Amino acid sequence: MKVIVCVKQVPDTSGKVAVNPDGTLNRASMATIINPDDKNAVEAALALKDSTGCKVVVVTMGPPPAEGMLRELLAMGADEAVLVSGREFGGSDTFATSQILAAAVKKIGVGNDDIVMCGRQAIDGDTAQVGPQMAEKLGIPQITYVADLKVEGTKVTCKRMLEDGYMTIETQTPCLLTAIKELNTPRYMSIRGIFECYSKPLSVFDFNALKDDPLIDLDTIGLKGSPTNIYASFTPPQKGAGTMLEGADKGTCEKLTSILLEKHII
Amino acid sequence: MDFKLTREQELVRKTVRDFTENEVKPIAAETDLTCEYPRENIEKLFDMGVMGMIVPTQYGGAGADDLCGSIAIEELSKQCASTGDIVATHNGLCCGPILQHGTEEQKQKYLRMLTEGHKVGAFALTEPDAGSDASKGKCTAVLDGDHYVLNGSKIFITNGYVAEVFVVFAMTNPALGTKGISAFIVESSFPGFSVGKHEKKMGLHGSPTAEIVFTDCIVPKENLLGKEGRGFPIAMQTLDGGRIGIAAQALGIAEGAMKEAMDFTSSRVQFGRPISKFQNTQFVLADMHVAIEAARLLTYKAAIQKTAGERFTLDAATAKLFASEAAMKITTQAVQMCGGYGYTQDYPVERMMRDAKITEIYEGTSEIQRVVISGNILGK
Repeated sequence: MKVIVCVKQVPDTSGKVAVNPDGTLNRASMATIINPDDKNAVEAALALKDSTGCKVVVVTMGPPPAEGMLRELLAMGADEAVLVSGREFGGSDTFATSQILAAAVKKIGVGNDDIVMCGRQAIDGDTAQVGPQMAEKLGIPQITYVADLKVEGTKVTCKRMLEDGYMTIETQTPCLLTAIKELNTPRYMSIRGIFECYSKPLSVFDFNALKDDPLIDLDTIGLKGSPTNIYASFTPPQKGAGTMLEGADKGTCEKLTSILLEKHII
Repeated sequence: MDFKLTREQELVRKTVRDFTENEVKPIAAETDLTCEYPRENIEKLFDMGVMGMIVPTQYGGAGADDLCGSIAIEELSKQCASTGDIVATHNGLCCGPILQHGTEEQKQKYLRMLTEGHKVGAFALTEPDAGSDASKGKCTAVLDGDHYVLNGSKIFITNGYVAEVFVVFAMTNPALGTKGISAFIVESSFPGFSVGKHEKKMGLHGSPTAEIVFTDCIVPKENLLGKEGRGFPIAMQTLDGGRIGIAAQALGIAEGAMKEAMDFTSSRVQFGRPISKFQNTQFVLADMHVAIEAARLLTYKAAIQKTAGERFTLDAATAKLFASEAAMKITTQAVQMCGGYGYTQDYPVERMMRDAKITEIYEGTSEIQRVVISGNILGK
């Protein structure tokens, strides 16, 4: 059994955000962190490794410096890393990214008892689309918003957190799961892990390495293969504090009604 | 000369910094207030491999170099000098001498206990009448068949009431002075071992300091560390290494205090502008920066010398003297810059100032460092 975890390097939101003229992020000029939800996915994989001895492979698509993030994940305990990197992949939206990552995951190989994991969504795009799209392209079942996970052989049971409650779903491996922060608390890099991380295997998949996969075509990857176009990037104006009305009496209800009428909401 | 850290050293800084921000900083003030040993965090530091990080992998450690060890203590001490102290003592004063002078059996048994076994370590040299002058120790060890019998007490022992493995120094031949001192590895579970008074201190409230008492304490003969009568050089060599740890602790305290002073003076408005805009504030901050940079270079140099197997006694004493006095000065200035707020427990600088003071005292006072430094440069 192995767990393949897809991870994204995202801008550190506590630092400055730089945008290219085409509307995409200028990642090279920003401080970066490991996408928080992806770290929860990595922790879930490492916890499975602790209990079952399975192998953990971490994958990211990004420029060559993304290797630094992969080394950190190896220092946390992952066994192998794959950096998907090439000029052809630059400017990919979620559709193109899922094409490329699905091809990379296929190249790593998804066995009958394997699990593919992603974070729910990245803090830069906030789309939550790449994981589900990958599952479709890999032709495997998916469970999103995983807040609890149990794996017994090939049976995978997840508690899915929704806005208004939980849903418990059972499926079979191979499958794709997307993790949320409620799933666990990611571990820190261990000191021994740090000293081992540079001798663990790290492969680079460039365009040539993936080009034979039917998902990979210059028209379906990179900026050209991305149906999403960014017309403008802006910081939304800050919303004012909301008004709280407390009470379940007639007076409060009338007050609420009058506020809504005044704002032409009802 | 290359001032760049290795990629491993950078990652050690990153992981300990993250740990400090997320786990240490939130409880630092509470730890000081309640004087409670930060047990949970120390357990987590064992899990991360920070406790015992300098121990080679074949004995259960991470095989980190001394600079990595210093960086870890520096980062922890930026927010909580007590946590930095517990780690510095465990790594430098307990794991250090066992690694350096222990037999293969002692290393396999005790270094594994101090890493994988999550047992905290301590170092017991100081006695009521033997502080800087260690030759006046009254604690004795008498060989009786297959074991030594220890009698006496040790005071101001860091990790005293939580440690389970102690490196203890006792007189096997009092008539010989320092040449009559021997070192032992003592477990707290040995018969005749007990913990005495818990010290109430000015600072380092989370660091458990206590007296330990030996009453006909039975220590197996095989727990003699090094040769009989060779304890004093082991103690001095261990303290040389320990001084790098305390220099790193002082450096971290100074950095933490400077960060607080910068944050405060940038937001505190008086006479219509932030007080960081006044030249007096700027000059003090500039001086703090210079002292911290110098302390860091001295500390890192001593650590690199130690790992390289070169003589580092002078470097360690120099680093410890400079860093500890810089920490005392910078924390005092930080309190002054924060004014009335700085004097309250609502801000961390008063705690940092109290914590800094000990760095001028333990692991050899500033006066002893000057004795060591002058002795080395004059060739005595």
